[in-house]
Amino acid sequence: MADPVKFTIDGQELTAAPGTLLINAAKEAGISIPAFCYYDNLSLQAACRMCLVEVEKTPKLQVACTLPVAEGMVVHTDSPQVRQARKGTLEFLLTNHPLDCPVCDKGGECELQDMVFRYGAGESRYRETKIHVDEKQWSPVVFYDAPRCILCYRCVRICGEGLGVSALGIGNRGAAAEIVPNGGDHLECDECGACIDICPVGALTSGTYRYKTRPWEMEHVGTICTHCSNGCKTTLGVRNGEIIRANNRDRSGVNGEFLCIKGRYAFDFNEHPDRLTAPLVRTNGELKPVSWAIALATVAKKFNELRARHAKFGVIGSNHTTNEENYLLQEFARQVLGTSNIDHHRTGDVATLMDALQGRSNALATIGDLLTAKAALVIDSDLAQEQPLIAFQLRSNARLNKGHIYAISPGPVREDNYATTTRAALGQEFEALEKWREQLAKEPELVILFGAAIKDNAIRQLVAFGDSLGIPVKYVCLVDYSNSRGASDMGLLPDLLPGYQPVSNAGLEPGLNVDQMLADPNLEALWVVGSNPFLRGNLAGRSAFLVVQDLFLTETARHADVVLPAASAYEKIGTVTNVCGEVQKLQRGPKTMGAKSDFEIIALLAREMHADLGRLTPEAVFNEIRQNVHGYNVPLLVVETGGAAPTAPVNGRVSFQSHPELIRSAQNTLYTSGTLGRYSQMLNSVLEAPGALYRDPGIEPLVKPGSVQVETIVSHD
Amino acid sequence: MTFSPELEARFAKLLASYPPGRQRSAVVPMLLYGQDEVGAVTQELVEEVARRCGVTPLQVDEVIGYYSMLHRKPLGKYHVQVCTNIACQARGGEELMDHAARTLKLGNKEVSTDGLISLEEVECMGACSWAPAIQINYDFHHFVTPERFDQLIAALRDGTYRKAS
Repeated sequence: MADPVKFTIDGQELTAAPGTLLINAAKEAGISIPAFCYYDNLSLQAACRMCLVEVEKTPKLQVACTLPVAEGMVVHTDSPQVRQARKGTLEFLLTNHPLDCPVCDKGGECELQDMVFRYGAGESRYRETKIHVDEKQWSPVVFYDAPRCILCYRCVRICGEGLGVSALGIGNRGAAAEIVPNGGDHLECDECGACIDICPVGALTSGTYRYKTRPWEMEHVGTICTHCSNGCKTTLGVRNGEIIRANNRDRSGVNGEFLCIKGRYAFDFNEHPDRLTAPLVRTNGELKPVSWAIALATVAKKFNELRARHAKFGVIGSNHTTNEENYLLQEFARQVLGTSNIDHHRTGDVATLMDALQGRSNALATIGDLLTAKAALVIDSDLAQEQPLIAFQLRSNARLNKGHIYAISPGPVREDNYATTTRAALGQEFEALEKWREQLAKEPELVILFGAAIKDNAIRQLVAFGDSLGIPVKYVCLVDYSNSRGASDMGLLPDLLPGYQPVSNAGLEPGLNVDQMLADPNLEALWVVGSNPFLRGNLAGRSAFLVVQDLFLTETARHADVVLPAASAYEKIGTVTNVCGEVQKLQRGPKTMGAKSDFEIIALLAREMHADLGRLTPEAVFNEIRQNVHGYNVPLLVVETGGAAPTAPVNGRVSFQSHPELIRSAQNTLYTSGTLGRYSQMLNSVLEAPGALYRDPGIEPLVKPGSVQVETIVSHD
Repeated sequence: MTFSPELEARFAKLLASYPPGRQRSAVVPMLLYGQDEVGAVTQELVEEVARRCGVTPLQVDEVIGYYSMLHRKPLGKYHVQVCTNIACQARGGEELMDHAARTLKLGNKEVSTDGLISLEEVECMGACSWAPAIQINYDFHHFVTPERFDQLIAALRDGTYRKAS
């Protein structure tokens, strides 16, 4: 590396690597140079003129955001001339700005407001009439108020560079210049709202948040998004027990800047009027609301009765419940109900991957690795639709770190625009892979990410392929739901205990899987926690006693004998494990009256049945998970402070019966999210919904207005 | 979208004249030449230029919004452009524009009902030494008085108009 450059800012003698931009060199030294258009990790714009500084021996003020430091450079960031320039720039920015701060959503967290307060002149010499342009609605989630816009191009760049969508541009010029959407009068895009979050003023406002509240009136609860498996941190703005908005301006999670439409807008399922708020018990053929006491007693009585005569139980767990709840549920099933018949909707063959990786350490990639890995290979996933954060990480890797991205897919994917991609029908992936063997072997390292189509022997074949390259390879099994990984890791499987230990360790025989439970006419009780298996088929055991815990009266819950209203992930504490196996903590935001967390429900049921589960708090169970579950001995400090703690793969053989037919992708798009998605009004209201996988993103517009697609529900949970 | 062989040849030459990966540099000239042949920058033309230059239609729209010489609606057969920028203004350009609007019964950027003439008030076209100047399609006319303007318009109408030398 070249020698550091020496220079002086405000009297401080500093050094930095050659090529460092002045604005960043100053920031490193704790000197703040104000700017609107400069934004980390986006291309340089130099549009706002806010970062003007004085450089000695240069006659005019210089823009610090594009000027690299040079040897011997002497810079003043707070001279009278610079202060004057900042005042002038702000006066200019405010010439046509409506100054409607009292009604503007951004008030209180507006960068322009802050800058004017700190650097502004306080009064304007501009006396002309301001040009008013009516506010425009571009989609259910994005509104644009042109006069407030300061044309910093942040939105244009985040959409094009960050998301790879390029749905925003600049129309007209001069005083008439404004941001324009790609659909003429509407947006055809991911509807992610990144443009709104990144807007330094109130020009772009959010459909869910506008005119509702002020930033300081809300509690800001940083929790983990409950929609897909990527584990993004989403900060819920909660006021009076209601979620008003979700964003990620503090960039604290694994997702940094990123959130998709689900993380930012699809929290509204939580307040859907159809939320269950009282337990239901079937009396005379109809589900009737009852008190919790009656509902729990009904279940406990029946379960105890069945348990006493060793009746056949079945338990189906959830991809959305916490690790603690899953751990408790499997323990309840195995120890209290005495059954091994426990399973969940598997969206990826995690168990086989764990087995194939035996004896390896450091073989699971983290979300962070995806941004820094020198190379990554994606097989059978439409990432931009199914795994939005991963798609963002890989795109950012290619853009910022020059990582090489490869993708094999059965149809068009957004990676086609920048990565080395090829098409292969499902089952033909390895032929395509062989063609890249030489090229991949030359990479210094590789992360391989694979979708649900790669399962069973294909995973072993893939790991063998990875081994044969002779380079360090890490893997990601692309599961689909917010705690799919946790459900698998916590032993919601008929033949595996938590940590992929054989059930024989607990003195049990392997039990029935989901399909077998549904097909077994002799099943006498089925307990479904946060899942909707009846979407795919009916229960053969017609007389079986059916207990369902869920947020809504799902297709499964409608057939239940007892329905127990559950709290959502946004209403509870606990931990979840993302697609990369990183453990993160949930925080409790709002509460729905009448609903209880699945943890509480399981614990109460145990009490009613006079079964002692020993531990009564999620914290206690998490401690036990840390001690007992292989790979989960994660540092508390990381998890408790809102970090993501990676788990380790099982270090030994996983002994289980492979059932590839049970590995079924949720096939959720960017605009669907299983049951939760069906109850999110925002998600269903965008033009792009429900979307489709593997559609050509390059030539055809993402959506054609008016084209209506038949809704298909593949999604299970 | 297909163009005349001459225009296709011109486009091919244009696209080859920029370094690889810089094909977007051809957007402005392609729009200008395309506009001349098609008569306006139609949506079809926008999409075709975007496709050939490897940009999104929105990025082409940004360029069109910026440059006033690119028109989305068809102009008249003769596009009369009157300069009212500073030098021409000092020499009677504004009065000339008023005269043009009054006699042609056209507002700025309007086209006559027979499609023969369109009128536009333009910024400096680099003919300051010969102000006030007007431009008819690509031809300049210098020191234009209202009388000279009327003669030119009459010539446009009776088909005797010849390019200024």
